[in-house]
Amino acid sequence: MRTATDDMIWRDVAGLADIPPLGGRVLVTATGEIALLRNEDGEVFALDNRCPHKGGPLAEGTVTGYTVHCPLHGWRIDLSSGQVRDPDCGLVRTWDVRIEGDRILLRLPR
Amino acid sequence: MNNTVSVKPRLVVIGNGMAGMRTIEELLKMAPDHYDITVFGDEPHPNYNRILLSPVLAGEMTFEDTILNGRAWYEQHGISLHTTAPVTTIDRVRRQVIAANGTVAPYDRLLLAMGSHPFVPDIEGARLPGVMSYRTIEDVNIMRALPAGARAVIIGGGLLGLEAAYGLLSQGVQVTVVHRHPWLLERQMDRVGGDLLARSLIERGLCFCLSSETEAILGGERVEAIRLKDGRLLEADLVVFAVGIRPRTALAREAGLHCDRGIIVDDTLQTYDPRIYAAGECVQHRGATYGLVAPLFEQAKVAANHLACYGRLRYTGSITSTKLKVTGIDLFSAGDFAGGTGCEEVSLLDPAAGVYKKAVIRDHKLAGMLLYGDTSLGPWLFQLLRNGNDITDLRDHLLFGEPAGDARHGGERAIAQMPDTAEVCGCNGVSKGTIVHAIRAQGLFTVDDVRRCTKASGSCGSCSGLVEQILSSVLGGLYETPPQKRALCTCTDLTHDEVRDAIVTRKLLSAREVFRVLEWKAQGGCPTCRPAVNYYVRAAWPIEASDDPQARFVNERVHANIQKDGTYSVIPRMYGGVTTPAELKRIAEVAERYDVPMVKLTGGQRIDLLGVNKSDLPAIWADLGMPSGHAYGKALRTCKSCVGTEFCRFGTQDSTHLAITLEKRLERMWSPHKVKLAASGCPRNCAESTIKDFGVIGVDSGWEIYVGGNGGMKLRGGDLLAKVKTEDEVVEIAEAFMQLYRKEAYYLERTAPWIERVGLDHVKDRIIAKPETRKQLAEELRTAISQERDPWAAALAGTITIHAEPLRATEALP
Repeated sequence: MRTATDDMIWRDVAGLADIPPLGGRVLVTATGEIALLRNEDGEVFALDNRCPHKGGPLAEGTVTGYTVHCPLHGWRIDLSSGQVRDPDCGLVRTWDVRIEGDRILLRLPR
Repeated sequence: MNNTVSVKPRLVVIGNGMAGMRTIEELLKMAPDHYDITVFGDEPHPNYNRILLSPVLAGEMTFEDTILNGRAWYEQHGISLHTTAPVTTIDRVRRQVIAANGTVAPYDRLLLAMGSHPFVPDIEGARLPGVMSYRTIEDVNIMRALPAGARAVIIGGGLLGLEAAYGLLSQGVQVTVVHRHPWLLERQMDRVGGDLLARSLIERGLCFCLSSETEAILGGERVEAIRLKDGRLLEADLVVFAVGIRPRTALAREAGLHCDRGIIVDDTLQTYDPRIYAAGECVQHRGATYGLVAPLFEQAKVAANHLACYGRLRYTGSITSTKLKVTGIDLFSAGDFAGGTGCEEVSLLDPAAGVYKKAVIRDHKLAGMLLYGDTSLGPWLFQLLRNGNDITDLRDHLLFGEPAGDARHGGERAIAQMPDTAEVCGCNGVSKGTIVHAIRAQGLFTVDDVRRCTKASGSCGSCSGLVEQILSSVLGGLYETPPQKRALCTCTDLTHDEVRDAIVTRKLLSAREVFRVLEWKAQGGCPTCRPAVNYYVRAAWPIEASDDPQARFVNERVHANIQKDGTYSVIPRMYGGVTTPAELKRIAEVAERYDVPMVKLTGGQRIDLLGVNKSDLPAIWADLGMPSGHAYGKALRTCKSCVGTEFCRFGTQDSTHLAITLEKRLERMWSPHKVKLAASGCPRNCAESTIKDFGVIGVDSGWEIYVGGNGGMKLRGGDLLAKVKTEDEVVEIAEAFMQLYRKEAYYLERTAPWIERVGLDHVKDRIIAKPETRKQLAEELRTAISQERDPWAAALAGTITIHAEPLRATEALP
């Protein structure tokens, strides 16, 4: 569930260089941990750092294309929609990301 | 080529059968938009599965069930399909083909997949109405129109003849099979098996004239009888020839392409004309022609790879197996089942139960097999045959299946009898019923498919063999025997060996470079190939190659073992399992200071601090002041030891000293999988050296060295590699053995399966028989290890980064 737009605000959370290509970092926020992940093309994605299966830290997962593979049991989660891919099912909350220069901005609750 | 650049090259396919369309399917997977494709087929139908005609004849399936690709498929892929359009001419000069209906199709590439035609011997009456062959759905329809009680004679007691005979019998026709050989299926069976089969078919109502040849077919308007050479007359309303097939080469011959028995192709399936490829039954490759479906699929893959301009795969011939598609009769044969000089035979015959099993062994390897009545061992034996495994240790139970407790859930042979609730994959809790349902409902054909859709065999992989058997049991004749060569992963068609070769010969220095140069399908690889390729690159070029941390699994990136709750475990190195009070005090203080939830002794004689937060890792490493134990890596783990001569009253050798030396010499070694060592000081073997990758046992005169042992997933006792006198010799052999393993094993292959794959003799040859090779291998390993630093120290010094601290959001933007 997303918080109403009015209560959200763009925050500068990290530099692009903080996130290794095909890797991830954990971002600690007031609403919990968020996984920042980068794919081969340098696109950045933000999802809750919690696999819907058994809570695995997605920031430590393996990124391929538009998928992150959870490090615990290999569940595959779509980076942009947060949808768990077949044969498993589930949903991970995603967060809007904006790149400005070399900074990463996230729309987070106020 | 057309002058306009935007026009796609044209691919014309002659033959709308299994080989042609399989090649197109493979091609569309690789290069969906590369060609404008035109297909010519003789028959009026879209592409159907010819191997299922026998079940159609027997009334067990309908023709619709056999359709592989309906007309919609051709439309969807923009393929122009011409049915009932036999091609009459290939004009290589104008590069066009002309069909009987006048259609002219120009080509840039041409694929010949005309298949074969049934052989009809030149005997009197062979052209009479009512005399036919058995190849197409039209033939099936003619046979099915025969009324019950009619009489049919099948000439030829091979696979096709018996399937036709059985099909006709099922519709109430009286069938006699005439066969020139003394027993049935002589290409698939020896006399014992052939006789068992004949007996069982006679019980079902078939009649046989064996060792009999047809002299003439008699009749006026249509066939009435056949006369055998011994003078016997057999009355017949229908005569079916099933005496073999011949590749269809006439069209190719007329076009001037080099043909022998079939159209000659090279390892890329290219014919004499480089624009023309050929695949399937019309082809002759390295002297062999094939009439079975598995080789055809392998050829299709290679032909498609070259048509797609990838130019990488080679077809080197097929080892085939055959099954008889007659309900209730189980037959599986492969390779050289007849045996002969230089071969040994192991066989089991139970005539009352109708079971006959035979294995032919040559040079300690399986050369052929024949299973009748109980074919449950087929997939396992066929795999041993294709892989060329050394089967010396399996001889005594070869015909009874894999030993119990085996990683393939040995003894679990009667797949069909297995209840649906039985658990197949113990890691992911997947039952047989779930797998069977997925195979049927989602149309799955390979172990990879099943793994993707159900997760079965997706974790430890030990049930892959079982999944394979379930596939084979559910799909029957439709099951494709897995290709002889397995691709490294789904991102590439190349095998582990091919990728490793390319890394060495083309000097590829990073995983990324491998993906680019070898044209990986997924740009950045996947979790399967990324760590494997990263390892191969580093193993081949230890000095030059760069390590990509993102190609490693989290444990090897963070240098700690991730636990179920996202915390980590820390295991410092404790050489040979020997520690000191000072070390123990430091560990105790760290555990208290960081409030470590659990402190536990490991099986490898060291201490594990469990439940550590990622952010505490660097501080804990610093406070411990001990090197990493690599307990998280595909790397050297420990060398377990017993007390040895130092204190033990039975000790014959100083095992702790050797254990410490070995661990110090091999630490920081990365390998295809984890490596565990042990050193025992006397034959009581308290350190359990015989279930380690490399274990030594002290005896009065020196050391016995065992390799390839395993006490984990699949229990295996180590093989005695050598007996030596001194510690120095042990160390050098250990180094050489490790380097050979590092160079030859596939990623994630432990020493046990590796040795089973390459054979102990090979390892002995390189390491024991050839001192120069041993010294060189040992030297290579020392060079590789000298490039590595203790990762914990490196992280503390800042030369590698583990991102221990999370990021924190800054102030809100205006």
